[in-house]
Amino acid sequence: MARRVKLILQAAAVLVVALLVALLGWRVTEQAEGRGLDDALERGERPRPPELVFETLDGEGEIRLADFRGKAVVLNFWASWCEPCKDEAPLLEETWQRYRDEGLVVLGIDAQDFRTDAKRFVERYGLTYPMAYDGQGASLGRFGNTGFPETWFLGRDGRLVGEHIVGPFDREQLEENVRAALDTPVR
Amino acid sequence: MRIVLALAALLLALGAAACGGESDERPTLAELEKKYICPTCRTTLELSNAPIAERMRAFIRERIAAGDSEAEIEAALVSSFGEGVLAAPPKEGFNLLAWVLPLLGGALAVAVLAFALVRWSRARPQPQPADGAVSVNGRPELDSELERKLDDELARFE
Repeated sequence: MARRVKLILQAAAVLVVALLVALLGWRVTEQAEGRGLDDALERGERPRPPELVFETLDGEGEIRLADFRGKAVVLNFWASWCEPCKDEAPLLEETWQRYRDEGLVVLGIDAQDFRTDAKRFVERYGLTYPMAYDGQGASLGRFGNTGFPETWFLGRDGRLVGEHIVGPFDREQLEENVRAALDTPVR
Repeated sequence: MRIVLALAALLLALGAAACGGESDERPTLAELEKKYICPTCRTTLELSNAPIAERMRAFIRERIAAGDSEAEIEAALVSSFGEGVLAAPPKEGFNLLAWVLPLLGGALAVAVLAFALVRWSRARPQPQPADGAVSVNGRPELDSELERKLDDELARFE
């Protein structure tokens, strides 16, 4: 009887340790996914972005990155409390208006923010491009983002292209990456 | 064994006290700052000067002034930032395990340790001399030759 109890306890201990190791592995893999995107871009590769589904900022629908296949996408992570985001917003709106007929979509992802603050921000700067809301900021780690603003570019084939811009961009840098995204073939 | 049971009961009682009995009426900013985490810097609001932490403090101040209870403020913050905004997991549902398991683990560890110690002390074999002779202090008597040598050595120091 005592031997049986001992065996059960040993099995339970091994199970707990295995679960902890699996949890650690999952966490490390998730963090590595974001870092991997940057590394791949630097090597000149064109990785696929994480398959993410966002809630729209107005809370009335969903936005999937996969829905934009065939379009070039500027993926801008922002928050209403982020100062450089205030400078970027008008430039993003201008770019969206200029290139939308050529197949460009600007997608703003408001993260780690109050939804009401984000809505006020959108209204104040007259932003008309699609807006997603990720209050928890779950998407930030998937991309390997470390702050705000950060901007990625997706080609028409749904793969990342150009630079991952950490921090604010200037007009020239935005233009160059938008062009690279628009010039990718649809596959 | 009674001591073990008493310790386990004490740990469980402490856990139960930690799990309930708090009032959420008339919260203050100082109290709430310790309970929520700044999503960008992952420290409690009281330790953070990040812009989002400032904004969250302002939000909490507004809600307190509007007469919201702690539960209402917490619900609003969780709705915006998810459960990750809580410095401690909620004491309900699956998250209750995070509170109960360490206490159960502690109680189990104490019980196992006590059980093992009791068994070990009882089962420890006492060395017995071959002829079964035992001295007055309960230890086996020395070999007569060895005892003679020891007496000789001691005599040299007297």
